[in-house]
Amino acid sequence: MLRNSRDSFGLISILFHWIIALIFIGQIPLGYWMVRTSDFALQFSLYQWHKSFGFLVLGLSALRLVWKFANTRPADPSAMATWERIGSHVAHVLLYLSLFAIPLTGWAIASSSPLQIPSFMFNFVVIPPLPLTISDSAEAFWTASHAWLAYVSAVVAACHILAALHHHFWKRDSILTRMLDPRRKAPERAPTQDVIP
Amino acid sequence: MTMPTHFIAAAARLGIAIALAFTPLAANADTLSQVAGSYKIQPSSRIGFSVGQVGGGGINGDFKKFSGIFKLNPADIGRSTISFTLYPESVSTGQARIENFLRSDAVFDSANFPTITFKSTQITQTSPNTADVAGMLTARGKTSQATFQASLSDHGKNSITFHVEGKILRSRYGMDVGTPIYSNVVQFDMLIQGQRS
Repeated sequence: MLRNSRDSFGLISILFHWIIALIFIGQIPLGYWMVRTSDFALQFSLYQWHKSFGFLVLGLSALRLVWKFANTRPADPSAMATWERIGSHVAHVLLYLSLFAIPLTGWAIASSSPLQIPSFMFNFVVIPPLPLTISDSAEAFWTASHAWLAYVSAVVAACHILAALHHHFWKRDSILTRMLDPRRKAPERAPTQDVIP
Repeated sequence: MTMPTHFIAAAARLGIAIALAFTPLAANADTLSQVAGSYKIQPSSRIGFSVGQVGGGGINGDFKKFSGIFKLNPADIGRSTISFTLYPESVSTGQARIENFLRSDAVFDSANFPTITFKSTQITQTSPNTADVAGMLTARGKTSQATFQASLSDHGKNSITFHVEGKILRSRYGMDVGTPIYSNVVQFDMLIQGQRS
C-alpha cells in the first residue's frame, strides 16, 4: 500500500502529490500578495515564508523524484486516446520541471539580489546562496524568469486539474480517485468508453 | 663636615624618584582640568552601526544627521552629562531599498518619529580614560535604558574626541522586524567629536 503497483498509486506517492500540490498552489497567491503589499514589515515576513515553502517544495520534489524512479508507474486508463496520453504526459513532465525550475529561480533571486537577505528556512536552517553574480540586473533577470515560469506552470496546473475533473465527472473513471485512495485499483473504464485494451 | 658622596647620590636618586612619581599626576590633573566645559557635537562625528545576520555578515551603515551637547566635569566625572539627538531619516547603508525599509514604519517610522534621543543619567569612570555612559534612549515613542562605553581618543585645547560603543536591543523600541534572520542587537560604533561651546 505504501508503494505504487501496476494499477494503483501507493500512499507515499499520493502524499507527495497532494502535499507538494498544496504548497505549490499556495505559493502563487502568496508570491502575488508579497510583491504588492505596501506594508514593509508584512512584506518581509511574507517573502521569508515564500522562500521557506519554496525550499520545502524543492526538497520534497527531489525526494519525490527518487521515489518515482524507485516505483512502477500505474497504467493509464485504456480508454484514453493517444492524444490524451501524450497531453497528460507532457503536462506531467512540465509540472515536474516546474517543481525544480521555479524554486531554483527563486533561490537565484535571493542569491543574486544586492540585498543579500539570508535564506533561513522556517527560521531553522540557513540555506546558502547559489554562486551567482550579485547585481540589480541579475536580480531582475531571475525575478522575471521566476514569475514567467510560475505563470506558465499555473496554466499547465490548471489544465492538469481540469483534466482530472473531466475524468472524474464526465468519463467517470478512477483517475482522480486513485490519487486519493491507495486501495483504489485499476482505472475503471466508463461503460461507453469501453474499448479493447 | 662633608656628606659622603654615596649619601648625596642616594638623596639625588630619591629626589628624581619623587619628581617622577608626581609628574604624571600633575600632568593628568592639568589635562583633566583642561577638558572641563561644554562641547557641541560636530557634524564630522561618525555614528556607525551594524546588525548581524544568520550565516555571517550583516547590515552596516551610519546616520548622517545628528546633534548634541555634552558637559565634562573631570573633577567629578559622575556630574558630566550628554544629550544626543539622531535623525533616523538620514540613515545610510549604501542600498536605497534597505534605507527605505529602515525609514518605513517597519523600523524607524521616521515620518511619525523623526528623532531618536539619548539623555545620560549616570556616567561612571571605568579607567583613567574610559567611562560607562548610561542613559535613557527614546526611539519610536518608547524609552528604555541604554549604556555606552566611551573612551577618550584625542583632545586639544578646544576639541575632544571619544570613541563610543554600545549594544542596543531593537526589540525594546518596537523595531524587531526581521529577527531572527537579522540580530536583535544593534552594535553602535561612534566617533564623537566635540568642539568647545
